Amino acid sequence: MELYKLTAHELLEKIKKKETTSEQIVSDLTKRIKGVDVKVQAYVRASGSTLLAPDSKPNGIPVSIKDNICTDGYNTECCSKILQGFNPPYNATVISKIISSGNSFLGIKCNMDEFAFGSSTENSCFGPTHNPWDLNCVPGGSSGGSAAAVAADEAIWALGSDTGGSIRQPASFCGVVGLKPTYGRVSRFGLIAFASSLDQIGPLTKDVEDAALLMNTISGYDPQDSTSINTPVPDYTKALINDVKGIKVGIPKEYFVEGLDPEVKKIIEEAINKLKTLGAQFKEVSLPHSEYAVPVYYIIATAEASSNLARFDGVQYGLRAKAEGLVDMYKKTRSLGFGDEAKRRILLGTFALSHGYYDAYYLRALKVRTLIKQDFDHIFKDFDCIITPTAPTSAFKIGEKVDDPLKMYLSDIYTISVNLAGIPAISVPCGFTKEGLPVGLQILSKHLNEEMLFRLAYTYEQNTEWHKMKPKL
Amino acid sequence: MSIDKKTVEDVAHLARIELEAKELEKLSKQLEHILAFIDKLSVLDTGNIAPTSHILPISNVLRKDEPRKSLPIEKTLMNAPDKQGNFFVVPKVIE
Repeated sequence: MELYKLTAHELLEKIKKKETTSEQIVSDLTKRIKGVDVKVQAYVRASGSTLLAPDSKPNGIPVSIKDNICTDGYNTECCSKILQGFNPPYNATVISKIISSGNSFLGIKCNMDEFAFGSSTENSCFGPTHNPWDLNCVPGGSSGGSAAAVAADEAIWALGSDTGGSIRQPASFCGVVGLKPTYGRVSRFGLIAFASSLDQIGPLTKDVEDAALLMNTISGYDPQDSTSINTPVPDYTKALINDVKGIKVGIPKEYFVEGLDPEVKKIIEEAINKLKTLGAQFKEVSLPHSEYAVPVYYIIATAEASSNLARFDGVQYGLRAKAEGLVDMYKKTRSLGFGDEAKRRILLGTFALSHGYYDAYYLRALKVRTLIKQDFDHIFKDFDCIITPTAPTSAFKIGEKVDDPLKMYLSDIYTISVNLAGIPAISVPCGFTKEGLPVGLQILSKHLNEEMLFRLAYTYEQNTEWHKMKPKL
Repeated sequence: MSIDKKTVEDVAHLARIELEAKELEKLSKQLEHILAFIDKLSVLDTGNIAPTSHILPISNVLRKDEPRKSLPIEKTLMNAPDKQGNFFVVPKVIE
C-alpha cells in the first residue's frame, strides 16, 4: 500500500474516510523500516524490540521518538554506553500528550549523537546514521536519526530535541521540516537534560502542516517543568495561511559572509526571491554579535552539561564499572561510559565553572548572551521575522569532521543564536545542490510567535515543490 | 588564557573522569584549540551588562505544598546496577 510515503495529515484524512486503519499504517511502516533501515540506520535497538507503544493498540498516527525522550517500558539510552539498558519508569510529558491525543509512538528509538553532543550523529555509541540522499554523508545532528527516518519514509513524523540546532540542522541536511519552539513552549519533563536553559523538544515532519499538527499535540504548560510557559496554546493549523503579503522580513548581513557555501547562498537567495514575488517585504538588518554566538554557546552549553551529567555516576541507573571505592567507582564508570565528545564537553564545562575561571568564561558568556538576545529584540521591534540559511553547507561526508571538534561546532553557526535568545525557528526544504543534497531555509521570529513561522513556511511550501522530493533508496 | 595538561588533569578529577596518558594528550590539545577560539569573547566590553542565565522572566516557581503520589519503590529501583531491599548499594564509603 505504501502508506509510509504519506504525511500524517493525509493519513488522518484516510482514517477518517475509513480508507485505512492505524494497524495498516503500522504494518506498512514496519515493512518499510525492515526494508531500508539496513542502509540508513535511523533507528537503534531495532531488532528484538516491538514497534509499538505499551498499550500495543495502534492509535492514530505513530510518532518516532529521539533516544533522549523517556518512554515508559521502552529503553531510552541517549545513544550512550553509560545509559545502557535504561528503562524509564515514567513517560516524558510529550509522550503522555501523544498518547492522550489519540496517537501512538514507536518503541524503537531514533539515533542521535550521544547526549545530543554533536552535529552529525557520528557520536552515537550505536554508530552513525546515513543520510538518505547520499549514504556516504551524515544526516546532521544531533537529531539525525529522527530527520533521516522522516526523509527515508521510515517515520510518518518524529520528535527531536534542539539545544543549538539539533532539530533544524539535520532537517536541513535531510530535506525535511524541523521546528525549534520558543523556550518553555514544550515541556522538557522526561527529556534527558543536556543544557537546561537551551533545550527544547520539537517536531521533524514531511511538511509544514504536520509540524503544526504535532505542535498542537505537544505544546502547553506543564507543572512538572518549572521553565514551562503558562500561556494558552493557539491552534497552529489556523496559521497555515498561504499569503505573506506585507510581512516584514529581515536578512541579517552577518549570515551571508565568508564560510557560507556559494551554492547554498545561491539557493537561499532564490528562496528569498520567491518569497519576494509572493509579496513579503525584505530589508537587510544587522545582528552585530552573531560572531560571538558559537563561543558563548560552547561555554554555556558545556557548563550546563557538565552539571547535568553529574548524575551519571553508576548508582541509580545505567552502567557501573567494577571498582575499589566510591570515588574510584564514579571515575571508572564515567570513563568507560562516556564517549570522546561527552568527555570533551564535560571537561570544558567543568573548566569554565571552576574557581579562577568562572568570571573569565562562564560569567562573561552569560553577559554576551544578553547582547545576542538584545540584537534580536531590537530587530523584532520592526520586523515580523528573520530569514537565514539553516546551515552554512549541505550535508558533509561521514568522517570528514570527526577529528576537528571546532570545525564540527561551526556547522551550527546559524542555528545557535536562536537557542541563546530562546526564540522559535523553523527549517524548511528550499532546494538541492548539484550533488543532489537538500538545503534548508531558516525562519526566525520573536518569543511565542510560532504562528508567523508557520505562515511563512507554509506559503513558501505551497508555492514550491521541494518538500515533495523523495530520496532513492 | 590557555589550558595546560596539569589543569586538564585537575579538571578531570573534579568531573570524576579518568584519562589515559594518550587521551590526556589529545584532549589537552583540543581544549586549548577550542579555548583559543572562545577567547575572542574577551574583546567585548561586558562591564555594565547584566548576565542572562535564563531567558524567561519567571523566577521562584513553586509547586503547592501538598502530598502527591511518588514512584513506587520497585520502579525507582528497577534500573539500579546493585540493590538490596529498598536501597541502592554502593561500594563501601567509610573505611
